[in-house]
Amino acid sequence: GLRSAVGKNGNYAAAETTAGHSTSTALLKKMEISVAEADKRTGKNTVNMQETYTVYLIETRPAESVSEEGTPVAPDTLWRRYSEFELLRTYLLVTYPYIIVPPLPEKRAEFVWHKLSADNLDPDFVERRRVGLENFLLRLASHPVLSNDNIFFLFLTEIFYLSYINRKKIFLLFQKADSRLKSLSAMFRVKNPDKRFTALKHYSEDLSTVISQLLRIRAVKNRWGKSVLKTLFFSEWSAIEKEMGDGLQSAGHHMDTYAASIDDILEEEEHYADQLKEYLFYTEAVRSVCRKHELIQYELEMAAQDLSYKKQQKEELETGTVRIFSLKGMTSKLFGQETQEQRESKVSALEQSIQEGEDALKEKNAESQEFVEKAWNDIERFKEQKEKDLREALISYAIMQISMCKKGIQVWSNAKECFNKM
Amino acid sequence: MSVGAPRGLASSGQKLITEILHPLSAAEEPLSPGPDVTISAEKDKEPGLTNGTPVEISSPASASVLLSRLQLDGDPEADAHDPFGSGEPRDLFVTVDDPKKHVSTMETYITYRVSTKTTRIEFDLPEYSVRRRYQDFDWLRIKLEDSQPTHLVPPLPEKFVMKGVVDRFSEEFVGTRMKALDKFLKRVADHPVLSFNPHLNAFLTAKDLNKRQGLALLTKVGESVKNVAGGYKLRARPVEFCAMGEYLDTFSQKLGTIDRIAQRILREQSEYLTELREYGTVYSTWAGSEEQLQRPLEGVAGCVTTSCGALEDLSDNMSQDFLPVLREYILYIESMKNVLRKRDQVQAEYEGRLEAAVLRKQEDRTPIPVEVEKCQDKVECFNADLKADWERWQRNKRQDFKQLLTGMADKNISYYEKSQAAWESLITLLQEKQTEDKTSETN
Repeated sequence: GLRSAVGKNGNYAAAETTAGHSTSTALLKKMEISVAEADKRTGKNTVNMQETYTVYLIETRPAESVSEEGTPVAPDTLWRRYSEFELLRTYLLVTYPYIIVPPLPEKRAEFVWHKLSADNLDPDFVERRRVGLENFLLRLASHPVLSNDNIFFLFLTEIFYLSYINRKKIFLLFQKADSRLKSLSAMFRVKNPDKRFTALKHYSEDLSTVISQLLRIRAVKNRWGKSVLKTLFFSEWSAIEKEMGDGLQSAGHHMDTYAASIDDILEEEEHYADQLKEYLFYTEAVRSVCRKHELIQYELEMAAQDLSYKKQQKEELETGTVRIFSLKGMTSKLFGQETQEQRESKVSALEQSIQEGEDALKEKNAESQEFVEKAWNDIERFKEQKEKDLREALISYAIMQISMCKKGIQVWSNAKECFNKM
Repeated sequence: MSVGAPRGLASSGQKLITEILHPLSAAEEPLSPGPDVTISAEKDKEPGLTNGTPVEISSPASASVLLSRLQLDGDPEADAHDPFGSGEPRDLFVTVDDPKKHVSTMETYITYRVSTKTTRIEFDLPEYSVRRRYQDFDWLRIKLEDSQPTHLVPPLPEKFVMKGVVDRFSEEFVGTRMKALDKFLKRVADHPVLSFNPHLNAFLTAKDLNKRQGLALLTKVGESVKNVAGGYKLRARPVEFCAMGEYLDTFSQKLGTIDRIAQRILREQSEYLTELREYGTVYSTWAGSEEQLQRPLEGVAGCVTTSCGALEDLSDNMSQDFLPVLREYILYIESMKNVLRKRDQVQAEYEGRLEAAVLRKQEDRTPIPVEVEKCQDKVECFNADLKADWERWQRNKRQDFKQLLTGMADKNISYYEKSQAAWESLITLLQEKQTEDKTSETN
């Protein structure tokens, strides 16, 4: 994945992109980005109540910049809270509906196994969120399309970036899109969705299920795996045996060392879990793109259906036959035909409507094609990114397991030596 | 102790206590072997068995057993079953193996083959092979305890198992039990006194073990200790026996704690194993919906499965090899405490009688009766036997626990090694694929 080595002393390197593949964008070429710190703030919220919240420090600096003395140039900084990142993401979702927009780190801590409460102010949670937010920004910065967005650039550099977009407009757009999507999923079915999108939707559902299961099980199994019983075991024993005492005292000590070192490794495993979580949240973004496609497809089908209906109506009016049942048709049958003039004006109105309909259909078609093309472009890019990232994650995971095994062997070998001296 | 002409050790079997000097008794007299032992020294012995020269033996198992024992002669630390560590060659070798199931109309049970090789004259033949079941071992142990109450008799594996919980005929259970029975018999055979017990002889040699005939072989020692009058109150227990009692109490308590902790460890491992298995399954499922990532994910699933298998082995070892030994020692301690109590009784009786006799002497000059002196001898003999056996027990225990812990370490190391190997081969696979991809990209 994308990670940057950030130190608290400001000594950091540019984003390391995934192995081998060049995802360096124009933005990354000119700027280094990091989320260096987190801090607490207190202020009055929208209902005029005091609240404590966390802010994160975004640091940017021209790439490979060094001052005259050879020390790195001081970065530009600004503080932002989580909700501001959310707003940026919303803007991107609305502006680029065909892009799989990178996800934010989780809002609330889930899948915790070593803490009873998921407290948003908990320092470990804050730290992991800091890393997650940095990852989010680096993902954006390395995206071929999103990295060129001006609002994103301003988010990094201008504290009042919001003034550059019409916030109300964004919310309206989002609300509109959201409600249309909701009605779509609730009531209507698309007749001819692009099969690739259907497959992709199912895949992302599968992936989401599988990763959720992994994270859940991991949380449970780690509880069992981190047993302190062995240490207890040896210390109980050594308490009574004078002759065996010394040997066992050392064995117990080795067990303690092992337990401590396992803690370190389990911390690394948290990073693996975070990588999985990112892709869990990515599946939502993927599904969102699929739904937008369905929406456009639906609108296209509706437009085509509407046009075809109008054409039929016109044909009926011209030929006098009624193939489509309509109330007007029935009433005219019952109460007498309309006049030639009336019919001609109707036909003329219909012709105009048909022309409008054809234009709309053309537009929708173009919109749909553009969407599919752009979306599929990004989907291919995403697939490659996913495969590289996950393979790397699996390698790291395997390395971690090996490290644990080696420690285990060392501890027990040391213990065995103690036993041999008994 | 003199080395050279091999001889059997003094047996407290059919002799009067007063005539036999315990090998470790306080008196610094040199060991005087009893008459039967002299005879054995003169008699022609089977060549090779006693002075370390390997001999042609039909069954390979017994050859290795003999060799391993003989090689360890003269190395007191190496084999805790050599009680005196003097390199004195042993002349009685026993093995328990070959379990077989017997089905009759009344019951189903397991018998084991008990093989004996010996040069002792107490045995008519140099080799024996009989079949015995657990009941028979139990009988032997009871007889030994009864007839040699001043000695610590090694424990047997647990008698009762919950029928619903444990499968009495499973390979693991039978195997564990057989190992424990073998250990028991070997310890008895190595004991300088118990190994000469006629009940042991019968156990090892009789085609049909007639258990009812046991009473006739009750030894004099057994009788005298059995007939210790109760009701005497112990005045002053010697310090060393107090220490023994305290040690046994503390030790058995600790063993109980450790048993419970070990069981909790096993339960935890079992829960962990369940979760781990499910974890591996999910990776397999995931692999099914991927293309490029299919093999890596299946690789991960495979590694997790391997770890599961290795962990299962580890748990099995804990429950089959480790816990039974712990429990055996807990039983052992119970029987040892009984012996300590008996010793107290014997001493109490002596003190009581002595006090009564002294009072009478003060009254009417009646001399101290011989019985009182005999009591004193009894006490001293018991104490000496017990002290020697205590030392032996301590050595055996240290050896057993050292073996136990070392075995546990080995099994754990093996678990980690298996797991590590699996993950390492996966990395190779994953990194191969990476370089494949890189080269295909640049092409």
